[in-house]
Amino acid sequence: MADTLKPGDAAELRDAVAWAVAEDVPLEVIGAGSKRGYGRPVEARARLDVSSISGVTDYEPEELVLTARAATPLRAIEDLLAERRQFLAFEPSDYGPLLGGEVGSGTLAGALACNLAGPRRVKAGAARDHFLGFAGVSGRGETFKAGGRVVKNVTGYDVCKLIAGSFGTLAVMTEVTVKVMPAPDKTRTVLIFGLDAAGAVATLADALNSPWEVSGAAYLPQAVAKRSAVDFVRGAGTAAAAVRVEGTELSVAARCDALRKQLAPRGALEELHSMNSATLWREIGDVAALLPAAGRAIWRVSVPPTAMPALVANVSARLSAEFFGDWGCGLVWLAVAPDGDGGAAIIRAQIAASGGHATLLRAPDGLRAMVPVFEPQPPALAGLTARTKDAFDPKRVLNRGRMYLGV
Amino acid sequence: MKMPAADEAILARRAEIVAALRAIIPGEGVIADAEERRAYECDALTAYRQLPMVVCLPSTTAQVAAVLNYCHANKVKVVPRGAGTSLSGGALPLADGVLLGLGKFNRILEIDFANRCAVVQPGVTNLGITDAVATDGFYYAPDPSSQIACTIGGNVAENSGGVHCLKYGLTTNNVLGVELVLMTGEVVRLGGKHYDAGGYDLLGVVTGSEGLLGVITEVTVRLLKRPETARAVLVGFPSSESAGACVAAIIAAGIIPGGMEMMDRPAIHAAEAFVHAGYPLDVEALLIVELDGPAAEVDELIAAVEAIARDKGAVYARLSQSEEERSRFWAGRKAAFPAVGRLSPDYFCMDGTIPRKRLPFVLTRMTEMSAKHGLRVANVFHAGDGNLHPLILYDANRPGELERAEAFGADILKLCVEVGGVLTGEHGVGVEKRDLMGTMFSDDDLKQQQRLKCAFDAEGLLNPGKVFPVLHRCAELGRVHVHRGEMRFPDLPRF
Ligand SMILES: Cc1cc2nc3c(=O)[nH]c(=O)nc-3n(C[C@H](O)[C@H](O)[C@H](O)COP(=O)(O)OP(=O)(O)OC[C@H]3O[C@@H](n4cnc5c(N)ncnc54)[C@H](O)[C@@H]3O)c2cc1C
Repeated sequence: MADTLKPGDAAELRDAVAWAVAEDVPLEVIGAGSKRGYGRPVEARARLDVSSISGVTDYEPEELVLTARAATPLRAIEDLLAERRQFLAFEPSDYGPLLGGEVGSGTLAGALACNLAGPRRVKAGAARDHFLGFAGVSGRGETFKAGGRVVKNVTGYDVCKLIAGSFGTLAVMTEVTVKVMPAPDKTRTVLIFGLDAAGAVATLADALNSPWEVSGAAYLPQAVAKRSAVDFVRGAGTAAAAVRVEGTELSVAARCDALRKQLAPRGALEELHSMNSATLWREIGDVAALLPAAGRAIWRVSVPPTAMPALVANVSARLSAEFFGDWGCGLVWLAVAPDGDGGAAIIRAQIAASGGHATLLRAPDGLRAMVPVFEPQPPALAGLTARTKDAFDPKRVLNRGRMYLGV
Repeated sequence: MKMPAADEAILARRAEIVAALRAIIPGEGVIADAEERRAYECDALTAYRQLPMVVCLPSTTAQVAAVLNYCHANKVKVVPRGAGTSLSGGALPLADGVLLGLGKFNRILEIDFANRCAVVQPGVTNLGITDAVATDGFYYAPDPSSQIACTIGGNVAENSGGVHCLKYGLTTNNVLGVELVLMTGEVVRLGGKHYDAGGYDLLGVVTGSEGLLGVITEVTVRLLKRPETARAVLVGFPSSESAGACVAAIIAAGIIPGGMEMMDRPAIHAAEAFVHAGYPLDVEALLIVELDGPAAEVDELIAAVEAIARDKGAVYARLSQSEEERSRFWAGRKAAFPAVGRLSPDYFCMDGTIPRKRLPFVLTRMTEMSAKHGLRVANVFHAGDGNLHPLILYDANRPGELERAEAFGADILKLCVEVGGVLTGEHGVGVEKRDLMGTMFSDDDLKQQQRLKCAFDAEGLLNPGKVFPVLHRCAELGRVHVHRGEMRFPDLPRF
């Protein structure tokens, strides 16, 4: 790659993109670079490093909003919010280690661009649901903004939703505003042991369908549970399903009791408090520690929860695979041998039947260039996707090919 | 307010177009008679009316696709419509356009508790979804005050909110998928029973797109279990400042109530006279704060809220003692629009959002504006999320009053933007706020949004004249202006 351009502010960034448009130089856009391996290999001739565009510009705890320059480290934001007992409710995962990088190096715009969502997805939504507004530069080299600095806003199209999860292929964000929330005082987790996949889906649905405001619902088969850093999970010698509640001390205790009563017929129970509970949900959200360390392709599969047992049964019947489920088993993490197509055909045949999508989150470059990393789309949708790209980046200068060939 | 000029060539072909549509939708699904068309001449923004060229009431996705495909091929404009409760004129017909009513799409297709969702047709009412799952203890969370009448398709198109959105989110946070028919007649599925998009989040863009991007023919929504308990407390204050300070203090204490609503004196009096909710009449501002969730938590938080309210100078507080009483507290708030409407032959319901802390300033300015324009105003306010609903009272039969009401409304919305807020929190831009878009967005911002429209509807046939003040051709918008050699770019650090 020829050059790295490192603009110091939004105006320089616009100039850099305008130059790329004029000279037809496709760019790879990076913040901290922690998720460079997420997506197809980018076709680029220069790198656009936005890491200098950093710093919180406005934080108003009473208004529940925070505005920051795009590449502000996520960690700095989380620390700042913690001082006011607030947090990012979408619980951004740290895929750094999973993708072979460092812990805690992600940026705010990076989290939004990949639409990260941790275990709290089931209650609080994904990054998309907390993204209120931004300013940025389109692939046309023009500065524009969308959204605002208030939670309730339907003025114009919700372009924030589109930019969330667009992996830097439509626009480069320079400043973003997100919704922040009061952090809960207490966290507890109920563990249910010894369930098979179907039993886990039913049990987690039972918990999520209760009035107890469950904020995490995951299932770790025995082999995965064994890798946990939490004694109760690692040492159980069997599969562990986990259900989290958060809130005030009184409320958490009451809901935990209610859940234990409700779930007792389903299996042996255990309860995790503060530290242990936090560790477990970190592991589940960040993924790396729970799956085999290396040498496996890793799929991130979003399906209706009830489709999970058939998905994992069919994959396991043909490939040596390990898996675990988050989001009540609506999110399935699969680790398979990176041979052949890395399981793409089998996994996607299952998805064709159930609905959903599979992303090849980690694999050697060759495999990621060979099989579609993001879920292939039917023709009408693929056409709409390409035209959406055209609307923002007609010359294909931003992260060309990162999501789909030629887009 | 001006709509795009009607296309005479299309009007001249009206008989032929009606015949073609009748071939697609047999029987009574195509309405050509002027008297019958009158039922569709406006939505709930009744100040603006227009008879549509023809009304189509399809009942299958295939019919919708065929109608759109025909209209696309023949360059005929289309305006989608749900129940017609839009307050921004989003469903205002066009003289040379087809009004496409989705009312016959009124079936609940599937209730899937195991995957915590329901699949419904777009013409099902918002309350209809909750009613269908209520006996099992579930509900659909977003609850616009119009929920008895408005459709889920309209809710998705407007990204509607409700009094419980503070805790449970807006429509966009509670919709998992849609089936969408594009203007070409192509059918796409966005989302489903799973979370998030596999590619671009086009579902997120379609939600709140005001019928400009496609016609929604199926919706998958998230279902929630009813909270164990809900209790509401009515708190009265001697000033809107103290009520505003109470709202800020509740949020600052880390409490997110299920709902937190404010009414000013005129709204309180109107609602009380209309539904006898038991509101105090000697306060300047009234808050309804509802806490819901596990009983243990609700009791704890209600006590905290009451303490904060006392600290902020509340002069009245009443906690609901029964479900019946809680519903009565809400009945007044939910009927606030029609209640205020009884005070005056006509009213405009405005819908700006502001940062909460600017509320006292905005209310003071609004009182001044009311004097300046010589029109009364009442305020209901989703206080928790800063969404204001000033109701401007006027009489359209008095010459000049409509124009004064429009000018007053525009002043209020400009004020919202000026203090860091936005033009519309939940009712949409429609035709009502279309010409104010420039106060919030630059030309480049609006052009970028219109380019997105081009990706869905390159000919601009779907609901034109709404949202965007100036219409550009897609070919013109798509042109890239290359500034070769004039960059400050040479100074940029390179490595
Ligand atoms: C008394 C009253 C109280 C209200 N309270 C609230 C409130 O609390 N919160 C709130 O957010 N709103 C409220 N509203 C506004 C209104 O009810 C909502 O905007 C509602 O979502 C509109 O639904 P509808 O079915 O009536 O849609 P319509 O008014 O028919 O249409 C609204 C828009 O959606 C488009 N549209 C409709 N159906 C489709 C479809 N299937 N596909 C594509 N586009 C479509 C139309 O073209 C139009 O642009 C209130 C209105 C009234 C009259």
